[in-house]
Amino acid sequence: MTEAASLSPEIVLAELKKNGISHVVWLPDSETNWLYTLMKAEPTLTLVAVPREGLAFSCAAGIHIGGGKPVILIQNTGLMESGDSMRGWVKDMNIPVVLIVGYRGYTRHGVNKDSAATWTEPFLHAFQVPFYLVENSDDAPRISVAFEDARRTRQPAAILVGDEYHGFNR
Amino acid sequence: MLKMEDVLKAFQPHRGDAIVISGRATRQWEKISTQRDRDLPLGDPSMGGHASFALGLALAQPHRKIVLFDSEGDIQMNLGVLAMIAEQKPKNFYHLLLDNECYATTGGQPVPNAKAMAYDTIAKGCGYPSAHAFTNLESFTVSIGRILSEPGPVMVAVKIEPEIENVPIGQRTPRSKRTRKDALADLRKSLGVSN
Repeated sequence: MTEAASLSPEIVLAELKKNGISHVVWLPDSETNWLYTLMKAEPTLTLVAVPREGLAFSCAAGIHIGGGKPVILIQNTGLMESGDSMRGWVKDMNIPVVLIVGYRGYTRHGVNKDSAATWTEPFLHAFQVPFYLVENSDDAPRISVAFEDARRTRQPAAILVGDEYHGFNR
Repeated sequence: MLKMEDVLKAFQPHRGDAIVISGRATRQWEKISTQRDRDLPLGDPSMGGHASFALGLALAQPHRKIVLFDSEGDIQMNLGVLAMIAEQKPKNFYHLLLDNECYATTGGQPVPNAKAMAYDTIAKGCGYPSAHAFTNLESFTVSIGRILSEPGPVMVAVKIEPEIENVPIGQRTPRSKRTRKDALADLRKSLGVSN
């Protein structure tokens, strides 16, 4: 793995547009700064900033019920903070939303020093949320797979962005 | 302090075709509302999330008025939602906060700093362009029609008498006669939404 940007934010944005996203409900993390700049300049997207990640799930539910198509963009730490909100506002209400989750602490080789990474996949398993790992631009089509999962099951599906230090934040 | 039922009755003539998310006022609102397909009795999916749900709905339906009957317990769980709403500036969002100063559904224990909280001031400080507070029915009744013609987001904080429940949850009468699933389906059908 090189230190060059391997997951292009332009490709992520293209995936969002391809899947008809109307609203990005999000809280910034270290991976998403460059993506933020692109999203802000994209006229088809409305950005809805949340002060706590749990609010992203209830807000996304309201957007979907009103006919919009939201995506949630948060870090794994905030995902774990959001457990009850995801249960009540998204899973119980059958909201087909995709969560794009920054995989803080992910190291690829399995030896990590950050408990945020340790608990991310067990958390998603516990809530029965399918997830797909995206580490570089070649993996980007998995984002559309997640959207198709969510649409088919009327449930959330997740993308884990495992490109913490040299992708979005180039 | 006002009775919740009196607040809802004073609001009803001014409702128009607004979508009403009835929150913890659902049981009382269902007796008063005349537009069931525009009511959303969501129950309690997860405490503290009603305001951001209502914001999402307001953003997705910008030409329809959205009224939320929120509670102070819900707001205290996620006070930052007020900044989130204010930033989006939804002109169609009316945030009616029914403040009974306690967790009525768990036996009436006070919320933190219950008597000293000024939710209209907090909303203003977060950037709501308009915020009001009421402690008596007469002034609420006289004002609510005008308030609902103001551009949102608008905060209306109303002190109400607690209606405390002390029965175990499993033995309580459901808040709504409709299931959440049916209410969501009815609303989406009335809005012509099928995503």
